[in-house]
Amino acid sequence: MPTKVENLLQQRPVFLIVGVRGFGESLRDAGHQVVFLDWSPPAGGDPKLAALLDDLL
Amino acid sequence: MVRTTVIRKNRYLDSVFLMQVARRIAGQPGLRDASALMATEANRKVLASLGYGDGGRDADFATAGPNDLVLAIEGEAAAVAAIAADADAWLARGSGAASMAAREPRTIPEAVAGRPDCTLAVISVPGEHAAREARLALEAGLHVFLFSSNVSVEDELALKTEARRRGLLVMGPDCGTAYLGGAGIGFANAVRPGSIGIIGPSGTGMQEFACLVHRFGAGISHGIGTGSRDLSDAIGGISTMMGLDALEADPATRLIAVISKPPGEATTARLWERLRRCAKPVVLCLLGAEPGAIEAPGASPLAGAEGTIHVAATLDEAVCLALEELGLPGSAQLRPDGEALRRQAAFATGQLAPEQRHIRGLFAGGTLCYQSQAIFRRAGLAVCSNAPLSGMRQLPDPWVSLGDSFVDLGAGLFVEGRPHPMIDASLRRERLEQEGQDPSVAVLLLDFILGAMSSGDPVGGLLEAILGAQHAAIRKGGRLCVVASVCGTEDDPQGLQNQTRALEEAGVLVFPSHALAAAFCVEVMLQLRNRKEVH
Repeated sequence: MPTKVENLLQQRPVFLIVGVRGFGESLRDAGHQVVFLDWSPPAGGDPKLAALLDDLL
Repeated sequence: MVRTTVIRKNRYLDSVFLMQVARRIAGQPGLRDASALMATEANRKVLASLGYGDGGRDADFATAGPNDLVLAIEGEAAAVAAIAADADAWLARGSGAASMAAREPRTIPEAVAGRPDCTLAVISVPGEHAAREARLALEAGLHVFLFSSNVSVEDELALKTEARRRGLLVMGPDCGTAYLGGAGIGFANAVRPGSIGIIGPSGTGMQEFACLVHRFGAGISHGIGTGSRDLSDAIGGISTMMGLDALEADPATRLIAVISKPPGEATTARLWERLRRCAKPVVLCLLGAEPGAIEAPGASPLAGAEGTIHVAATLDEAVCLALEELGLPGSAQLRPDGEALRRQAAFATGQLAPEQRHIRGLFAGGTLCYQSQAIFRRAGLAVCSNAPLSGMRQLPDPWVSLGDSFVDLGAGLFVEGRPHPMIDASLRRERLEQEGQDPSVAVLLLDFILGAMSSGDPVGGLLEAILGAQHAAIRKGGRLCVVASVCGTEDDPQGLQNQTRALEEAGVLVFPSHALAAAFCVEVMLQLRNRKEVH
């Protein structure tokens, strides 16, 4: 049975874009399936607070 | 002329989008300049030096942080006021508005719940948030392409260990390029599909290798990025080993090229052990390895137990070995012709003024900066660099060149909160103008990287600065020797021939690969050294 990484090479990936939209736009323009995330820094931009919240949830 | 800044607290937009906003604003009547940036300390420093935010003294400007957005505008008072009053409209997503019509998911779990067919997360958020997003992606069952830099070694190890446990691949951090399932991800070039699979640490090394392979008629099956620290002993080559397993099993791949800086000692042994078990031929390109250090411990590097292992010291050598192994002709152009290079270098050196004695390399591609240092070191020449190879000197201030210097302008310091120099030429242009005013500069070494994500006209972004620097040298009675290579293919949006021709028409010496460009520079510097000794 092929591994997940082997499957990644064999199948057309479906991309989730987290950050620079340009990465997804060039893939979409080349005919690939792309999902965009409307990303903004979590917890008001405080990574430590974000980690604390992640632990709580 | 007036300057003003508009601050938007807790408003995040990516650096590439902000660059496009700034360009649209700067093109408005009555405006002279515009910048739209996240207010990182480095960006605030640059804007303050240009006189924005009352030279940094304005309280709102001075207290803005990396999660706040700053719009800086210079021009006629009425035009500046009009833009400032309408700032939010300018910062709206413009052409991207259509995709915003349906609300986009805000978190990775939400996105995957809505689209369970997602397979790969492409993450390029600021480094301090990148590990969290990568972890969320892995938990959602996604492979990860992690473009972000400034991720700690501890976070990288934790992510890759967790990924391996789940059978998932983490490409990165600081991963610029990958080719998977027919898709070029990140800074990828339009190369033909083929039978060579690549595993490489970051971006430009893989791009240069893939473009040269394409130019000589072969193609790429897949390119797996690993991140620049993957083969360090701290990480132990987790992604490299997973990539090797997958490419070995991949029916389209006939040969595997592994491009890397020298691995850590313990990882070297593990890598050789794995490569010797590989059933397919391998070309191992170890950039910057000390002479003799690329021998396999306790075994001949050419004697793989199953396939054949070839070892190369430059990307060009790796391309030649791969093509030869596959029985494909035509790579002779990539073998340096010492005599021809010496003649060409003698001509260039003969035009220099006596005080012109230094080389300045301004690189968009980190791997090309690294490879150039390796080629110089092999010839016994030393340079300073902000990303020094062992044996080279650390540049004390990365913003100012010193003697012979190679600067990687894509290094973390230069790209924090602003687009990479492959996308936005402005930082390299400013640095080139700086070098052009230095009468001791004899040679400028440049790289131009094409591809879907790169600037629409990489050469055009620097051409005026190149011509300015050349004219400045002529006015001082010398000539500036500008040397370059263009990494790309005819199928890239910018077109390899167009970009090459524009450089050649400006008197730039353009070589078919960056290793050849660096080899030419070595000849010039050796002849300059002899000239000094003669005088």
